[in-house]
Amino acid sequence: MERFLAQNWTVIQPALFLVFTGLIVLLVDLWLKEEEREWLAYFSLVGFGGAGVIVVRQWLAVRGLETPITGFGGMMVLDTLGLLFQMLFFLVGFLAVLLAPGYLTRRRLQRGEFYALLLFSTAGMSLLAGAQDLIMLFLGIEVLSIPLYILAGFARPRLDSEEASLKYFLLGAFATGFLLYGTALLYGATGTTAFEALRASEAAAAPRENVMFMAGIALLLVGLGFKISMAPFHQWTPDVYEGAPTPVTAFMVAATKAGGMVALIRLLYWGLGPADDVWRPLLGVLAAVTMTWGNVGALLQRNVKRMLAYSSIAHAGYLLIGVLSGGVGFVAVLVYLLIYALTNLGAFGVILLLEDGEREALDIESYRGLARFHPGAALLMSVFLLSLAGFPPTAGFFGKFLLFTAGISAGLTWLVVVAVLNSVLSVFYYARVIVKMYMQEPVETPAFSRSWLVAGALAVAAVGVVLLGLYPTVVVRLITA
Amino acid sequence: MVPYVAIAVLFVLSTGVAVMIMMVGSLFGPRRPTPRKLMPYESGMVPVGRAMQRMPIRFYLIATLFIIFDIEVIFLFPWALVYRQLGVFGLLEMFTFLALLVAGFVYVWRKGALEWE
Amino acid sequence: MSAQFVIFGLLAVTSVATALAMIFSRNAVHGVLFMVGNFAAVALLYVLLGSPFLAAVQILVYAGAIMVLFLFVVMLMGPEPAPLWEHIPGQRPLALLFGLLLAAGLIAAVNVEELTGVPGIMSQEVLERLGQPTALAQTLFERYLLPFEVTSLLLLIGMIGAVVLAKREKHELQAERAPREGGAE
Repeated sequence: MERFLAQNWTVIQPALFLVFTGLIVLLVDLWLKEEEREWLAYFSLVGFGGAGVIVVRQWLAVRGLETPITGFGGMMVLDTLGLLFQMLFFLVGFLAVLLAPGYLTRRRLQRGEFYALLLFSTAGMSLLAGAQDLIMLFLGIEVLSIPLYILAGFARPRLDSEEASLKYFLLGAFATGFLLYGTALLYGATGTTAFEALRASEAAAAPRENVMFMAGIALLLVGLGFKISMAPFHQWTPDVYEGAPTPVTAFMVAATKAGGMVALIRLLYWGLGPADDVWRPLLGVLAAVTMTWGNVGALLQRNVKRMLAYSSIAHAGYLLIGVLSGGVGFVAVLVYLLIYALTNLGAFGVILLLEDGEREALDIESYRGLARFHPGAALLMSVFLLSLAGFPPTAGFFGKFLLFTAGISAGLTWLVVVAVLNSVLSVFYYARVIVKMYMQEPVETPAFSRSWLVAGALAVAAVGVVLLGLYPTVVVRLITA
Repeated sequence: MVPYVAIAVLFVLSTGVAVMIMMVGSLFGPRRPTPRKLMPYESGMVPVGRAMQRMPIRFYLIATLFIIFDIEVIFLFPWALVYRQLGVFGLLEMFTFLALLVAGFVYVWRKGALEWE
Repeated sequence: MSAQFVIFGLLAVTSVATALAMIFSRNAVHGVLFMVGNFAAVALLYVLLGSPFLAAVQILVYAGAIMVLFLFVVMLMGPEPAPLWEHIPGQRPLALLFGLLLAAGLIAAVNVEELTGVPGIMSQEVLERLGQPTALAQTLFERYLLPFEVTSLLLLIGMIGAVVLAKREKHELQAERAPREGGAE
């Protein structure tokens, strides 16, 4: 009994809380009628909120400590980096739940599993944020991904949703194979899966002399690259983001990227730190390829969801600059992810306002003259798009500024130059939507459905984007304090 | 390898006996086939249609659920080897594991996934 | 030549033969049955390598459950399915090339001395003292407590996935039945 309780469960307390909430949602749903199920959304909000409170309290307690708290024989760690990432995940989860109920009710998809899976997926991210072992890393990624495969197909029997689910699942399983193979090879080369022991291993000290170790790193990068949609492993992204139900897409865009980034940071710096001369140049080149490919792809899209999918690939490229910079770079990655998440959730929130269960504002043409019908929605969409493009004084500008200065101080000037050129390129496709909304004549009355929940999420996102743009240093000071 | 010799012997013996019984029947029994006797045996029903036809997807759902519970059972085997050493610790550990799966079982049951609608 | 080597030879030939038979059999059901034979041979190879637990898993999960799934997929498609694949130009030469590359890589991996790894906690000594299943159980339930519990969450999510994606909701069924019944009257 004591031994079971002595495992330091506080380390996974937020994840436990989410899993419990998810279980309750899952089981209570079985005895609810269809029209009562909206209550599950409010209950899930409590789940995300409660997990958020736990994490903030843990953060306040852990902040001053010299050595971080570990649990489960060193498999999990409770440090500020992990806790800050978890705050981000729970915020995204909270906002994503706000976006969902209206959409689900209109399409008769209001089912408890939706919220349960969202909670489970976030629990996976929460585990990932503290992972200190390749096995926990793997399991965290699986708990994060498998609910998303299901959620992508939630609008079944709509064909594009089924297609998205199947594509995501098959390619995701393929990527999981890479991840597992890489884990096995690293274990073979070092005899351990713990990050601490990996860091201290002989193979990590001289990676170039150990073929197995090198192959292991390469395979792990492929697997994680898939999860953050890093080129050339991003091919699934547009199709999946387009086909999945819009609230799910919003969650995936904002949260999985953050989950993948924290996994990458943990693995590269905590596990493979000494071998950085191997992965650093590789990842640098891939970052440049990713942002360029994403932006060029986005230029060619007519569907707004696909455009945002390609834009998310480009943003993964920018984020890799922060990951490569280390130290200050992590702060930049965190702040950028926060801004990026708020902006994307906001943009998808607007898309969700412009649908009525039958028509969806997915084609870029459906934004023509939107400002005349719904000036508020058009204004919000413009703010979010400008922030994605990195225009001052929106938050997006400040996020890019942080990332790029971190990159320059880490000696990655060439990569920052590529990123700046890419940002310029990206303005074209973001601005195209704004031009359509304000300067072109409308073709038809746009679909619209009022929802207080979506409006609330939009308000949070918009206030966040504006405030972070106006008072950027506050959040940085809060994080680094 | 020694413990497996017994298994191998058992395997050979049981196969041998089965083959032998079938051979004895066909060697010594009278054989007077009629069309009705040669029909496939379906628990006394007259066979309808072909055996090789498309099956409804419900079977697939059941099979998937079977795999999941099968994997759960896999974890019980090694647990049975060490549960004495683990004591209460092991018990709580396995209860936690099973609690989640029981929740899943309740879910599957209530959803009617085990019913033939 | 030791008895072990003879057994290995038999199993190796069986597994390769059943794998080839699976690929080349015209009838999909026969293919699946050959695959079961292959699973059994591979399970025995695990026994030979001193891993009876893995052998049991191989039989229980693969030969038992996965095979059932494969059979169902075959039956879902119907007895004489139209070709499920389109002919992709250049696929065969590419497949041959990659197959040869893989073979070369595997041969190199076996021969190159650089690929010798570091033994982990499951050393030969531990295995001999406890027996493989017990050693595995101890590691799994003590050191890997958390991963073990997380696995149950994964299984639960799998169940939800099966129900969400394959089970029709009541209102969907009603919607499907309604027009049919209306037409009959």
